[in-house]
Amino acid sequence: MSIPFLLFFICAFISVLGAVLLILAREPIHSALSLILVMMSLAVLYLLLGAEFIAAVQIIVYAGAIMVLFVFVIMLLNAGFEERTDWSKIAKVVGLPFSFFLLLAIAHFLSRSDIGRVVANGAGAPSNGAVSTRALSMALFQQYLFPFEATSILILVAILGAWILGRKDE
Amino acid sequence: MSVVPISYYLVLSAVLFGLGAVAVVFKRNIITIFMAIELMLNAVNLAFVAFARAHGQLDGLVFVFFVIVVAAAEATVGLAIVITIMHNRQTLNVERVNLLKF
Repeated sequence: MSIPFLLFFICAFISVLGAVLLILAREPIHSALSLILVMMSLAVLYLLLGAEFIAAVQIIVYAGAIMVLFVFVIMLLNAGFEERTDWSKIAKVVGLPFSFFLLLAIAHFLSRSDIGRVVANGAGAPSNGAVSTRALSMALFQQYLFPFEATSILILVAILGAWILGRKDE
Repeated sequence: MSVVPISYYLVLSAVLFGLGAVAVVFKRNIITIFMAIELMLNAVNLAFVAFARAHGQLDGLVFVFFVIVVAAAEATVGLAIVITIMHNRQTLNVERVNLLKF
């Protein structure tokens, strides 16, 4: 078994483990930490797929900024033990089977599709595997310049929305 | 260098998405539900990167970049809403926050 295979299975196992721990944890802070575990292993998978810029952004923005925001809010609100109310019948009877059905259906069709058999370094993939950050930034600032500027306005709106929601009522 | 078939990544992405859906259905804490949504966004990002790799094109990576930006904006506004709910209702349990106006 080659090293990329081994690395893939280790990271896949860690990410699925983190997702399961997110569901099983009773305290929100434990869920947040296991979600950080998932994001870190996904960053390694991005590196394995040759997307180094996305891996860096994943760690800096997701694990660094967004999850720190989550942990900050959890500590600010002192969110402790999850209250166990009666589990709603609909969630138990309909939700769980449907979620697993969704999962199985997606996995089934993906593994049978044509694109699924492409090996990552097959024809058409960039030369030595890695997508250069230079090419990505060229695409971002030329072809996708307008969406890029639009997202900056989106972030401005998000700042304003957080301020409106968070200010004190007079 | 990488010899892992794309379908492995896609199935892993599907598994993570399904686990995120299970968490959204089953968790009662509003912050944990938010984190499950982030988990589903991450799963979709993995699928985007895998497809970009399979086709040898950059557009998927650009899309992942935009998804991350939108997720950041969504987390900001969502957590502000969570703080407002906590101030108004003194609970984070979604079963106790079942009225739009009170």
